[in-house]
Amino acid sequence: MSDQTPVLRLEGIVKTFPGVRALDGVSFSVLPGEVHALMGENGAGKSTLMKVLGGIHAPNEGQIFIAEEPTVMTSPMQAKAKGVVFIHQELSLADELSVAENIFLGELPLKGLGRVDWAKLYADTDAILQTLNVGFDARTRVGDLSIANQQMVEIGRALTVDPRAVIFDEPTASLTDAEKVVLFEVIADLQSRGVGIVYISHRMEEIFKITDRISVLRDGQYRGTLNTAETDEDEVTQLMIGRSLDLSRNESHHQMGDIALEVRGLGCGSLFQDVSFAVRKGEVLGFYGLVGAGRTEIAETIFGLRTPSAGQILLDGQEVHISSPIDALRLGISLVPEDRKSQGLVLSMNCRDNMTLPQVDDLTAGPFVSDGAEVAIFDQYRDKLDIRTPGWRQIVGNLSGGNQQKIVIGKWLSMRPEVLIVDEPTRGIDVGSKSEIHNLIRDLAAQGFAVIVISSEMPEVLHVSDRIVAMHSGRVMREFTSDEVTEDNLIQAISGITEKIA
Amino acid sequence: MTPQDRKDLFKRGAIWAFILVELAFFSIVGDAISVSDKAFMNVDNMLLLLKQSAPIGIIALGMTIIMINGNIDLSVGATFALAAIVLLDSMTWPFMQSLGNWAIPLAWVFALLTGVALGAINGLIVWKTGVDAFIVTLASMLGFRGLVFMYNGEQPTSHLNWTLVDFAEAQFLGLHTATWFLLGTVLILWLVMTKTVHGRNAYAIGNNREAAVNAGIRVGPHFLLNFMLIGFLAALSAVVFYSESGSVNPNDGMLYELWAITAVVLGGTKLAGGYGSIISTLGGVIAIQLLRKGLGHIGADTQTVNLVIGLILIAVLILDRQLNRKGQEELKI
Ligand SMILES: Nc1ncnc2c1ncn2[C@@H]1O[C@H](COP(=O)(O)OP(=O)(O)OP(=O)(O)O)[C@@H](O)[C@H]1O
Ligand SMILES: [Mg+2]
Repeated sequence: MSDQTPVLRLEGIVKTFPGVRALDGVSFSVLPGEVHALMGENGAGKSTLMKVLGGIHAPNEGQIFIAEEPTVMTSPMQAKAKGVVFIHQELSLADELSVAENIFLGELPLKGLGRVDWAKLYADTDAILQTLNVGFDARTRVGDLSIANQQMVEIGRALTVDPRAVIFDEPTASLTDAEKVVLFEVIADLQSRGVGIVYISHRMEEIFKITDRISVLRDGQYRGTLNTAETDEDEVTQLMIGRSLDLSRNESHHQMGDIALEVRGLGCGSLFQDVSFAVRKGEVLGFYGLVGAGRTEIAETIFGLRTPSAGQILLDGQEVHISSPIDALRLGISLVPEDRKSQGLVLSMNCRDNMTLPQVDDLTAGPFVSDGAEVAIFDQYRDKLDIRTPGWRQIVGNLSGGNQQKIVIGKWLSMRPEVLIVDEPTRGIDVGSKSEIHNLIRDLAAQGFAVIVISSEMPEVLHVSDRIVAMHSGRVMREFTSDEVTEDNLIQAISGITEKIA
Repeated sequence: MTPQDRKDLFKRGAIWAFILVELAFFSIVGDAISVSDKAFMNVDNMLLLLKQSAPIGIIALGMTIIMINGNIDLSVGATFALAAIVLLDSMTWPFMQSLGNWAIPLAWVFALLTGVALGAINGLIVWKTGVDAFIVTLASMLGFRGLVFMYNGEQPTSHLNWTLVDFAEAQFLGLHTATWFLLGTVLILWLVMTKTVHGRNAYAIGNNREAAVNAGIRVGPHFLLNFMLIGFLAALSAVVFYSESGSVNPNDGMLYELWAITAVVLGGTKLAGGYGSIISTLGGVIAIQLLRKGLGHIGADTQTVNLVIGLILIAVLILDRQLNRKGQEELKI
């Protein structure tokens, strides 16, 4: 392979932001037909490196070569013209427009007089959607799609041109297993056409399944490149964070208390029906299922964001009526939402203010918000969660994706809730911080909190939960204790194969 | 038909339903209190209404595009006045007078070019400096108005050309000249916004500017083009109106920007950008004009008219929110 000319090569790239040296002399190359993984902790500089390549950020130093030709990338448009396509980590879609217009954004087909060739646009889009094997059509408004489907639209953008290189920045963060399979087929197809692929992900299974080489960044510095076939998870982790991790299943059995939250026969229209479960103080209850199984909607109902059409919610044995998040918070229920960007953060506000947002009312000294109290909370959770930021004044929108997620978690943890619901707590979070967040969840339970964890990642549910509720299309299929659960029976339960067993 | 289609249809139909309600209301109430012996809904009255909608209507159509694009233009009223002055004054220039009736199209061209140039100034500043369009056009509103006053002080600028007046008062197929201009503008802009790449990119930019930039859309040139377009339309509006009246006061066109924005918002276009429709803005324009005329018909004075329009605007926006919330599987806020 090494005698081939790389489709793209980066040489000594330096990129600084005020207060951050995001990239410090990074070199990196991708060969034709290769899937090259880019790994590193949150904030290591992966997205920044790709943005330099994609013409979004100009590097302070360094050179970009496309097919060994020195190139200055000045804009995303130019990068695309050079055959470099970028699938962004954060969804970058216009939600009032149709799927077709989003997929061909910036390159709508023309038919004279500046008119859009709608027939061609829809036909081309439908062809792309066909390869992606999705259940919506070209005319659908993007705002009406689920996040997973929006991600598929984003991926569809790579297929509009004949690319030289495609960059996937955490494409699977919100995809179901079935959609992942489709994505991997798309990647394999691109690969067979000689396209070079950069694949950024925090999920080791994927990395080892589809990539040829792995390059690792750490604190903006290049740490080396490994051949996937000749390495293992431990070596990569070592390179990324400088130590090994224990990712075994949850075996700890501490004392559990009374039932904190119980739900009986809860239903909400067509979203989910007849859902019953209970979670004890000191227990972690996992909710596992495919995206769209209704888990998020259950959480939102308990948190007062939706009005249930049937059933009861009991807190400490008392029936409660939660008609708004304010009620929920007062009763000690917190929800860490699944989509941090739209539901969890005010991106233009700084880190500290985001974290203390739900409790500024309690942090006042006289008529003013107490700066000291706010900073104290921020500092405490920054240390606890290892949030990488130059300081609390940093605008959250400038943090790396994983660090943004930690801010959201810190925000709700600092409320010290009795029942904490976390929806996809580690989406887009690196392995090191992931295990920290898992430990944190276990710790919270050990301290007597009741925790509900919704996750689409099986290793995660298995790792943190004491009990697991398996869901399939709005219904509870089965409940497992950590002793009886296996990967097989869990997969069976969520795919709706087994009969409901009480 | 998906639920989304149905919702869209409903949203687009709402303004026209509102117009029907207005028509029914004013006809019935007008009859009942019989302040006037003329029926409200007679053909001449309605044709006149369309004609009177034209000046603000043409500006509002341009404003729709600007707002879909995620900007706003507060300087249109001043542009309108300045273009009017150029139109009327240029016809008195010596070389123009020697041209006979050929002076008319030339004067139009001068006025329209003035509008385009003023729009280009706004567009270039917004593009090149990145300053918010609200601020930029607030400043240019004051600046352009200053030019209007510098031209002739507090004095009106007048020139009556009878050929022009005849043209402006002509009726073709029953519709007045101004109405034809209004409808022509609707048709062209509708085509631009729904059929051309420029129009669709304008939606994308207004909806998610970052996504548009990431997709390689050059945002600045689209801004510039749209500002030039609204400048042109403000001037066109002046051409249509002053061809007939023949005299412009330095205060003419004041508050036109706000009336235009009101009509656009009433038509359902989002202030934040990314969503809106030309046809609905036409509905908004007609609805406001109907309200004015209708309230006049049943004997209300101007102050009352403004109060009622303000209240209706708020009511419409509240209703719109309510409807939009329903769609999202009842997720509460
Ligand atoms: N526009 C910006 N302004 C200031 N700092 C920035 C900006 N963009 C990125 N950074 C900083 O640069 C560093 C690298 O961020 P980057 O987004 O590249 O990380 P990442 O490796 O992609 O992380 P993740 O896995 O969480 O996505 C971070 O410390 C981040 O805060
Ligand atoms: Mg990133």
